[in-house]
Order: sequence, then structure tokens, then C-alpha cells
Amino acid sequence: MAILSLVHGFVASLGATVIWLCQATGSVSLFAVSGVSHIFAPPWYPSEFGRQLMRIGFFSLPVIGMTALFTGGALALQIFAGSSRFNAESFVPSIVAIGMTRELGPVLGGLMVAGRVSSSIAAELGTMRVTEQIDALTTLSTNPMKYLVAPRLLAATIALPLLAFVGDIIGIMGAYLVGVFRLDFNGATYISTTWDFLETGDIASGLIKAAVFGFIIALMGCYQGFHSGRGAQGVGFATINAVVTAFILILGSNYILTEILFPA
Amino acid sequence: MRDTPPETLKIEMRGVKKRFGRNRVLRGVNLTVRRAESLVIIGGSGTGKSVTIKTILGLIPPDKGEIRVDGDDVSKLRGKARERLLDKFGMLFQGGALFDSLTVWENVAFRLRHGTGKLPRPEARDVAIEKLRRVGLTAETADLYPAELSGGMQKRVGLARAICTEPEIIFFDEPTTGLDPIMADVINDLIRELVSELGATAVTITHDMRSVRRIADSVAMIHEGVIQWTGPVAEIDSTDNPYVHQFVNGLPEGPIAAIR
Repeated sequence: MAILSLVHGFVASLGATVIWLCQATGSVSLFAVSGVSHIFAPPWYPSEFGRQLMRIGFFSLPVIGMTALFTGGALALQIFAGSSRFNAESFVPSIVAIGMTRELGPVLGGLMVAGRVSSSIAAELGTMRVTEQIDALTTLSTNPMKYLVAPRLLAATIALPLLAFVGDIIGIMGAYLVGVFRLDFNGATYISTTWDFLETGDIASGLIKAAVFGFIIALMGCYQGFHSGRGAQGVGFATINAVVTAFILILGSNYILTEILFPA
Repeated sequence: MRDTPPETLKIEMRGVKKRFGRNRVLRGVNLTVRRAESLVIIGGSGTGKSVTIKTILGLIPPDKGEIRVDGDDVSKLRGKARERLLDKFGMLFQGGALFDSLTVWENVAFRLRHGTGKLPRPEARDVAIEKLRRVGLTAETADLYPAELSGGMQKRVGLARAICTEPEIIFFDEPTTGLDPIMADVINDLIRELVSELGATAVTITHDMRSVRRIADSVAMIHEGVIQWTGPVAEIDSTDNPYVHQFVNGLPEGPIAAIR
């Protein structure tokens, strides 16, 4: 009997988790559809959009720059170490460039911005929820989905590809510095090999990924903030959930996007 | 209950119920508010006063019951019709609920800047400063942020924001809590003035009996999620309703348990 009730409890908790997961997925999807539909329908709030673009885009530049610089440098060392086993050191510049633009630029940039922006959006909107500011918007005939969510979704979706592009350039520059000063590459040759082997598709695919990541970052911040629990603790949980779910969705969607963009 | 011709009814609630988990907050609220009347809802903490107001605004959807504003069933309104409904309302929240990313005057003029008939910045600012003056705040506060104000000043900014576009129906959730007695009376008089002179319909939640006597035309007593008594303010001292008697006189003994 004890074993039976143990099995019963296990199956029940499994079922509860599956139901919870389905509910959460549905709820996030509805939220996303509503948010996107408000991007396309007036009234628009251009000053809100501009403010979010500055906050999500411009003020993330230092973070993106540092991430890309060090990642590019480390990547150059690793690929040099690997390719020297086959006497293929001359491929270092082009492989670094492909790795940065296709994968590491958008993914690491996305994760860094998720840590910075998802958390701050969730904390901000969560506090607005807890202090009834979101209710106050409604009573002032302003739809919170339109005023708060739509500008953030749009700003992040536009800002992330721009950030990823800057990250690509700085990352390749980091690799160039390591290549020229540590690995004794010729500077001019390094740049010309990078340029010759890099295709438009490499960069474009990375930017498409970044746009999706940007949408995820703002969506999770807004969703968790909007559904924040009561009090300081509720806002704390909303912030954690926003960052964790944004990270997982970025990494998951990265795999799916890579499958779609570069089918084997 | 007095007979009221239906066209003078501004708000009607019939059998409104709402529960949060196992907590039955509203257990069948029946309430009517007439046009240009000042109704005050009294009752202890946690008896459903704020929830009642929020169901009328549609911020909290009721589980059961019917709510009509100007004869329209509010739960059936969508899109543009719902926006028009919300344009009729102003609301002062208990904690002020000011937007902390905007300055004081931008808060007060929010509806003027974003609503249907948008005003340019300088004009909206002038209107906001005028409204701030009415709640006893000077023009110097206009460019401060809400976090730089004291609690009582935040409350008054919230009040200025609620009345800025002179809405038809205004809800005040504890308008005088946290104010000194002099300022409390300034606010009481302001609410009275909005009703008597501008013809607004006001619904006020308060614990403060001094406010009740200064603001109310009629009073509704809520306890355990049900309206226990309604009547004109003159009758609150003479009624034999045990709930009202206990509350008005602040007695520890009576049907309202002092220890919950």
C-alpha cells in the first residue's frame, strides 16, 4: 500500500507540473499576442518607445562591448590552440568571425542584456503592479498593455540586433588584438582573411536571432512584472522568474533558430 | 429603501460576489448611487470596501452579479465603449499610486496629455498647476518627482490627478488618511464642492467619522462582504442598526468582532 500511494503521489505531482506548464505557456502566449497586437494599433506612445530604446539599447552598450571584447579574445586563443594541431592556424580569423557573428555575439549579448533588462523591467512593472500604478493607468483611460508593454517589446526587438551588430565588430576586434599581439598574425592579413570568408548570411542570421532574443527579453520582463505577487517578496520572485525564464527561452530558441537557419 | 426613478441612478450593483481563493470578500453586494450624490462607504478593514470600488471600475472582475453605470452593464463593454466608460471615472487610490517615472505635474496632467483631446505641454502644465493649487500644493511642487514628496503630499497629488479632467464619477479611497486635521478638512471641503458645485457623483471610502459627516449625502455600511445598512447621513446617529451604531460610536462591543 505504501508503494502504491508513493506511485500515486509521484504521478499526481507529474500531472500537476504538466498542467501548470501548459497553463503558463498558454498564458504567456496570450500575453505575447496581446502585446504584439498593441504595437500595431494606435494610440502609440513614441516618447515611451524612445525612452525604452535608450534604456534597453544605448545603456546596454558597455555591457555588450565588454562581453564581446573578452569573448572574441578568448575565442581566438581557443581556435588557435585547436587549429594548430592540424597546422591550420590561418583559418583562425575566419572561424572567429563566423563564431562571433552566428553564435556568440547574439547569444552572449542576449544573455547579458537579459540579465540587465529582463530583471529591471520585471522589477519596475512588478513595483507598479504592487503600488497600484498599473490599475491607476487603467482608471486614466490608458491601456497598460499599450503604454507599458508594447513600447518595451518593440524597443527590445529593435535594440538587440543593433547591439549584436556592435558586439560582432567589437568581438572581431578583440580577436584581432589577441591575434596580432599574442599570436603574431600580420594585422593586414588578419583583417583581409576575416573579410574574405565572412558571408552576409553569417551576419544576418545572427541579427535575426538577436531580434528574437530581444523580444523574449522584454516579453519575460513584462509578463513576470505584470503578474507579480504582493509586496517586496512578490517583486523579488517576479525578477528571478523573468531572468531565469528569459535565459532558458533564449538558449532553447537559439537551438531551434540555428536548426532553421542552418539545416544540416 | 427610497424609491428612485431609474434615470437618476448613476451606479447600480446587484448581488455582486467576489472571492479570492477561500476568502469570500464580497458576498452579494447591493448598492445604488444616484446622480450628483456623495455616497460614503464605511466599514472595518478588510471588509471589501476597496474591492467594491474596483469591481465597478472593472479592475477586478466580479464572480457573480450585475454592475450598471448609467444603465450600461459594465461587464459587457469592450474596446471603445469601455474606454468611454473609463473616461467618466476618476479614482484616488489608497496609496496614491502616482507614476514615479513622471514628475508631479505630468502625473496630474496624465489624462490631458494622453487622453482623447490632447493638450500641448505648456497648457497641460498650467491646468495641472491650477489643480495642484486646489488641493493646497504650490507651483514649486510641480517639477518634483513623487518620491521627493511626503506621504500626505503624494495623496493630494493623487487627488489632483483624479479630479483633473472633472470626471462625472469620482472614487476616493481613504482621501484623508495620513493628512493633518487642517488639510483633511481642506480635502473634505473640496470633495463636497465637487459634488455640490460641479455635480459630480462621488463614492468615498473612509474610516474617519469626521469626513463622513462633512462629505456624505448618504452612507453605506459594509460588513462581511454585505451592505448592512444604507441611509442618509442624518440618520447615522439615530438608526437602530447595530453595525452602524457600533461603528459610528467606536464601541468595542457589538456585532462587529473587535478581535478577528
